[in-house]
This record gives sequence, structure tokens and C-alpha cells, in this order.
Amino acid sequence: MSSAPLLPLWAAILVGALVVLGAAIALIGSIGLLRLNSFYARVHAPTLGATLGVGGILIGSMVCFSVLQSRPLIHEVLIALFVTITTPVTLMLLARAALHRDRVEGSSDVPQSDLASLERRDG
Amino acid sequence: MNRPSGLLRRVVPFPLLFLALLAMWLLLQQSLAPGHIVLGSFVALGATWVMTALDPQPVRLRRPVAMLRLALRVLVDVFRSNLAVGTIILRGNRRSDHAGFMTVQLDLRNEYGLAVLAIILTCTPGTLWVNHDPTRGTLLLHVLDLVDEQSWIDLIKHRYERLLMEIFE
Repeated sequence: MSSAPLLPLWAAILVGALVVLGAAIALIGSIGLLRLNSFYARVHAPTLGATLGVGGILIGSMVCFSVLQSRPLIHEVLIALFVTITTPVTLMLLARAALHRDRVEGSSDVPQSDLASLERRDG
Repeated sequence: MNRPSGLLRRVVPFPLLFLALLAMWLLLQQSLAPGHIVLGSFVALGATWVMTALDPQPVRLRRPVAMLRLALRVLVDVFRSNLAVGTIILRGNRRSDHAGFMTVQLDLRNEYGLAVLAIILTCTPGTLWVNHDPTRGTLLLHVLDLVDEQSWIDLIKHRYERLLMEIFE
């Protein structure tokens, strides 16, 4: 971090705010992982960190290094792109595995058929 | 997207994939130097040739305006749902009692369109794609704040599905 003092004040404030905001959102997601009360509800929580959390930190990083090297550096978009594409795949696999297990066990917490809620709605 | 003709098609089997990989290479190298463009082209070309072995279903993308609109909508919705889910988490356990499963009847049949919809719904906090039945076209979703089922159906059908059908079908 030897080059950090070279950041002008406005950039330091902006980068600091973005990184802290992103980290805070990721922290809220992690708290959700702890506090929500069913497996399926908990799966929603880490997506906070994977979307806005990662976004804030990466935009902060882009601003920081673009200002330090006086040229636009945007290769962080690749991180954002790959995190956005790969996280949902893992989450879907986890949710489907859980659903399969719960259905086999005959758990009453999950609908036994995909159509349960359609039938309920249509009466 | 216009179809490249015979020879070009044989040398560069997936032009869009080729361009995307080249762009990725140049971004990673953080350079637009001719040497990197040549090297990146070779890497991208090799990868697209390998891709032919997988023989994926041809994809036809249309309506770039619709793509842009969809991207903007998703961006706005990600902000909104981050806020909504963050509030649910910080407020405590009582609100998460509303979490539950619901089923949506989808008209979208294109595989690629469904894949994009799956990623959009799952990476947006608050909705989780669980199971899709391709023969019946039903989608089982898990929603964190399932108070008004109809509003979620409207969101998926009107905000995303219509645009995805414009783009992919």
C-alpha cells in the first residue's frame, strides 16, 4: 500500500466509501446466512455479496488504479462478469440437491410437486 | 446478427465467442498492442475450434435494444432487491417466515433464454430458481418475501420473459 498516499483526496474518499459500502453489503449477506431460518432462505443471502458487494469493491478498485496510473483500467469487469455467471450455478445446484433430498424424505417444508402452487391458485 | 458466409464460417465457427474471448484476453493483458491482438486471436481461435466439438445449438440473438433494456432493468432490480433483502436480514427472523415456494408458467422455450433467466433470477437476491420442467414449461421458484405471489409472476412474465423472448425467439 506504499502508493496509497499518492491518491488525491477526492479519489481516496470515493474509493474508501465504495469499498466500505461493498464490504458492508457482503457482511449483511453473511449475517443473513447466519440468521435466516431455513436452508432455502439462507441461499438468498450470499447473493448480496455476489452482486452489489462485489460491485462496490470492484468499482472502488477501478477508480483507485485508474487514478494511480492515470489511464482507465477496467479489467475488473471480468471478475464481476464471472462472479455473476458462476455464483447462480452453484446456488441452483445446492437448492436442487436440497429439494431432491427433501422430496425423497417426504419433508412437508417443500412442495412435493412443481405444480402445487399453480393448483392452489387456480382452486 | 448477420450470418458470415461459408469460408469465414469455417475458419471462425463462432464469431461472437471469438470476439468475446479476444476482448477478454485484451482486458486481461490491459493492452491493445498489435502483438497482444495477434496472440489473443490465436487463443480465441483455438477455443472456438474446440467449441465445435461440443456442437452447441446455434444461438440467434436479435434486438440489441431489447438486450440493453434488459441489462438496465436487471441492474435496477439488483439494487432494489439488495435493499429489500438487506432489510429483511437486518430486521430479524420474523420476516423470513414469508419465504416460500411458488410456481410460474413460462412461455419462454429457448434454452439460452431460459439459462439467462435462471442466472438473472438466482443472482438477484430474493428469488431463487429451483426447478424447471421443460415439458410443461413450469418453473419452481423460491422467494424470500412471498407476500404477493401475483406481483412476482408479473415481475418475471412482464419485466424479463417478454424481453428474453424478443431477444432469443
